[in-house]
Amino acid sequence: MVFNFDVRAHLSFFIFCVMFVYGFRANANVAYKTTTSPSKLPPWKTMGETDADPGKTQMVFTLNYPRIQIPFEITLWVLLASFAKIGFHVYHKITVWVPESCLLISIGFIVGGIMHLVHEQPPAVLTSNAFFLYMLPPIVLDSGYFMPTRPFFENFGTVLWYAVVGTLWNSIGIGISLFAICQIEAFGVQDINLQENLLFASIISAVEPVAVLAVFEDISIHEQLYIVVFGECLFNDAVTVVLYNLFSHIAVMPVVEAGEVFLDIGSFFVVGLGGVLLGLLFGFVAAFSTRFTGKVREIEPVIIFLYSYMAYLIAELFAISSIMAIVTCALTMKYYVEENVSQHSCTTIRHVIKMVGSVSETLIFFFLGVVTITTEHQWNWGYILFTLLFALLWRGLGILVLTQIINPFRTIPFNFKDQFALSYGGLRGAVSFALAFTLPESIGHKKLFITGTIVVIIFTVFIQGITIRPLLKLMNVRKTNRNLETINVEIHKRLMEHTITGIEDLCGQWSHYYWKDKFMKFNNRIIRKILIRDTRPESSIVALYKKLELQNAMEILDTMSGDISAAPTDLISLHEERKNASKSRKKFLPSDVTNMHDLLSKNMYKIRQRTVSYTNKHSLPTDITAREILMRRHTSLRRSLRAGSFHGTNAAKMSQKFLSLPMGQSLNSGFPPGRFGHTGDGDTETEIDYPSNRPMFRHPKRSSSKAVMPLRPLDTLKEVASSVNMLDEQNEQQIGYRTSHLRSNISHSGHQTSNLPYGSSRNYSNKDCEGGEQQSWPSPHTWVQKPQNDVQQPLMRRPR
Amino acid sequence: MGSTNSTLLKIPNVEELMQETGFSSVHIIRLYDRFKALDKEGRGHLCPHDFGAIKELAMNPIGDRIIGAFFSPGQETVDFNTFVKILAHFRPVDKDRPRDPNSPEPINSRSNKLKFAFQLYDQDKDGKISRDELLKVLRDMLGMQVTEEQLESIADRTIQEADLDRDDAISFEEFRKVSAKILHLKKAPVVMSAEYDC
Repeated sequence: MVFNFDVRAHLSFFIFCVMFVYGFRANANVAYKTTTSPSKLPPWKTMGETDADPGKTQMVFTLNYPRIQIPFEITLWVLLASFAKIGFHVYHKITVWVPESCLLISIGFIVGGIMHLVHEQPPAVLTSNAFFLYMLPPIVLDSGYFMPTRPFFENFGTVLWYAVVGTLWNSIGIGISLFAICQIEAFGVQDINLQENLLFASIISAVEPVAVLAVFEDISIHEQLYIVVFGECLFNDAVTVVLYNLFSHIAVMPVVEAGEVFLDIGSFFVVGLGGVLLGLLFGFVAAFSTRFTGKVREIEPVIIFLYSYMAYLIAELFAISSIMAIVTCALTMKYYVEENVSQHSCTTIRHVIKMVGSVSETLIFFFLGVVTITTEHQWNWGYILFTLLFALLWRGLGILVLTQIINPFRTIPFNFKDQFALSYGGLRGAVSFALAFTLPESIGHKKLFITGTIVVIIFTVFIQGITIRPLLKLMNVRKTNRNLETINVEIHKRLMEHTITGIEDLCGQWSHYYWKDKFMKFNNRIIRKILIRDTRPESSIVALYKKLELQNAMEILDTMSGDISAAPTDLISLHEERKNASKSRKKFLPSDVTNMHDLLSKNMYKIRQRTVSYTNKHSLPTDITAREILMRRHTSLRRSLRAGSFHGTNAAKMSQKFLSLPMGQSLNSGFPPGRFGHTGDGDTETEIDYPSNRPMFRHPKRSSSKAVMPLRPLDTLKEVASSVNMLDEQNEQQIGYRTSHLRSNISHSGHQTSNLPYGSSRNYSNKDCEGGEQQSWPSPHTWVQKPQNDVQQPLMRRPR
Repeated sequence: MGSTNSTLLKIPNVEELMQETGFSSVHIIRLYDRFKALDKEGRGHLCPHDFGAIKELAMNPIGDRIIGAFFSPGQETVDFNTFVKILAHFRPVDKDRPRDPNSPEPINSRSNKLKFAFQLYDQDKDGKISRDELLKVLRDMLGMQVTEEQLESIADRTIQEADLDRDDAISFEEFRKVSAKILHLKKAPVVMSAEYDC
């Protein structure tokens, strides 16, 4: 089988690589005098490298390994990890069942095993500095930058509750129980005092989002749950680190004084708030800087990264919560920066953040595997097993209790299934791992703690990570046998769900709408003026369409295939339409019905709330359903605009109501002409004065609803005349908006179209249309007076 | 959020409205705030483009239809009373309503809810869901990968299942019968509760 070959090839390839490198290095102490002083040598220097060999004769062929050692090793590790990642996705079935983190750790085991065999030491990358300064920031930046803000702020209280109180609960609970266990003589660990236990407990209560979020996405978990886990993981990093510092401070002190403890608790708030403020500061400064980068687009991404990193470092300098700082910085920055920077920079920023974050994460898990094999462990059955037990127990209890308390305050309470998902999804990972390694040496049982941490991490990642998905599926699957439901019910149910979602959106999801409103006003009046280069108040719909068009355009350029098929099917379906009109009643076999059910369940658009349309941790945000819907609407809008001058009175009147842009406008006219060049889109935005339309853009009109307008047979000439009058009248209604586009539209006379604007891949036109509309789409040149400058037009009519 | 009483006074016919729709004063105030927020120009009534500015609604496959439902045929604006009355459809069903044959059915009765849903399908308001209208709805709700033939067979099957009087269209009565199986009909959207999200 091809797959198996690939996987084996990959596996053998990098095992080979690893062995090669280590074998190589063992022999690499040839013919070289070290030029660097010992203090500059890398922390992971291994044996044999500094053998200076004075007086060696000139060699023809030299190997100068120590010189490139550091970059080489880093590169090699990163490459290995990346190969591993590629390898997993080759054989897709694995990734469905086993989360990526497990696989990475396993590969780490293998490599660690190899290293153990050749008696190498692992790279001591897991020094405190390396982890906290180099490996953690990208991951946190990744999480912070791609955090879905609206649900996050809506659930802010819940998130904080679980993160702060939950972590405290866990740490203290586990710490105290472990202390109690320590008192039992049989385990032989009586010398671990309370502080040390608390310290250890705080290390292992930090929950890690990676695997959990991947699983949650796969099973389309409730958005609320997703954001709570996401936020919890983000915040509890901060909490854990603070607790850790607090407890390690206490742990090394022989006697604990009450005053000190209170000071430390106070410092918790300072740390947290300080981080947030610092992040805000840097965020604003970064946004401000991007205002001026109009001429130097290339350095825009650099600004983003460096400001975030700077926020992190400065927070570390003052020993305040660096994680909060960088997350707040990313959140603040994102909104303003994405408006200021160019599209390319925006893409670059996103890609790089994802890339570096992903690499960092991969490396961490990889090292976890390696280090597990290669460190010295200190094992104590009782202690470690009880650690595991308590970790699970306290998390479950904690979630239960906390949810009971907070449910009354939530509009969407968590049911038991949710709570189970939350508690079972509490996997530990990178942060715990790093913290364990950075325990101060003065703690006697450091090795025991490290072992314990590793055990907990491995257990949760492997066992819980692998089983959470089937368990959740099992719990979710309580549906009635679908085949008993009629097609009717499925369709109507979905329609009603969409309606409910729509009405919810209509009513505004923000309970604290008052504050959001105030903030937005403040934002628009003051902040945007300062931070954004050209503060046109762009309505969100226009911005959305703008993004869509760009994406669409770029994708069309990438993949020219597939769209050719759009045209023929139009014609085909048109003919079929006519044939079917006179079809007799069809007979449906049960298999047909099953197929239909499948079709519906796979293809019906999911309800907004139930779809986690946010970021997959490992890929960039894409929103295919939304795009399809909007593209459909957009193309229908354009059709109606184009056809706008030929409509019968009533129908057009209705359509005008629903246009999402003022009539005759195209999307592109919303942008300063400099941005997109001269857009040759359909109707004539050239004749429209850009500034005078500013007020109009605040109120985009909806695209015409296909369903609203009945099909009307149209008679060209009469219609044109009457439509001119009607349009004039329409224009008077629109505030201060006069277009001269009517003149040019009239020039498109003689072209008869149906009133039905529609997404072009499934076209349904008026029977009287003679397929004219159809043909106008595939071949723009039939639009007589408006030919060449339609650079964008061919792109626009192809919805994806 | 302003004191309750002063806001209530600003709304004309508040008592009647509350009586007719069954909303409490807290709800009415909340809806009023929302109405005002949507009505950016402060005209006192809403136009379709005000609804259009709601981004999430644009992403809803049937967003247009929902908006259309607010505007009766020929009307171009929605005032607050109409707004609230239409939203009243989404209140939970009053289970203990006394069956009074004389008073009109409350807006949030099951039957009225079904009528609202029916109206979303039946855009030309002829009292029947024709095959074409069904096809349009299906197109709206299904992704692009579904072919026209598949859509048509689904539409045909739908009509076949529901259509009892063989007129190739679904009337309201037939719709009602078919929908009897939908148990969670019109759960109240959560924003109708006056509690705040934490």
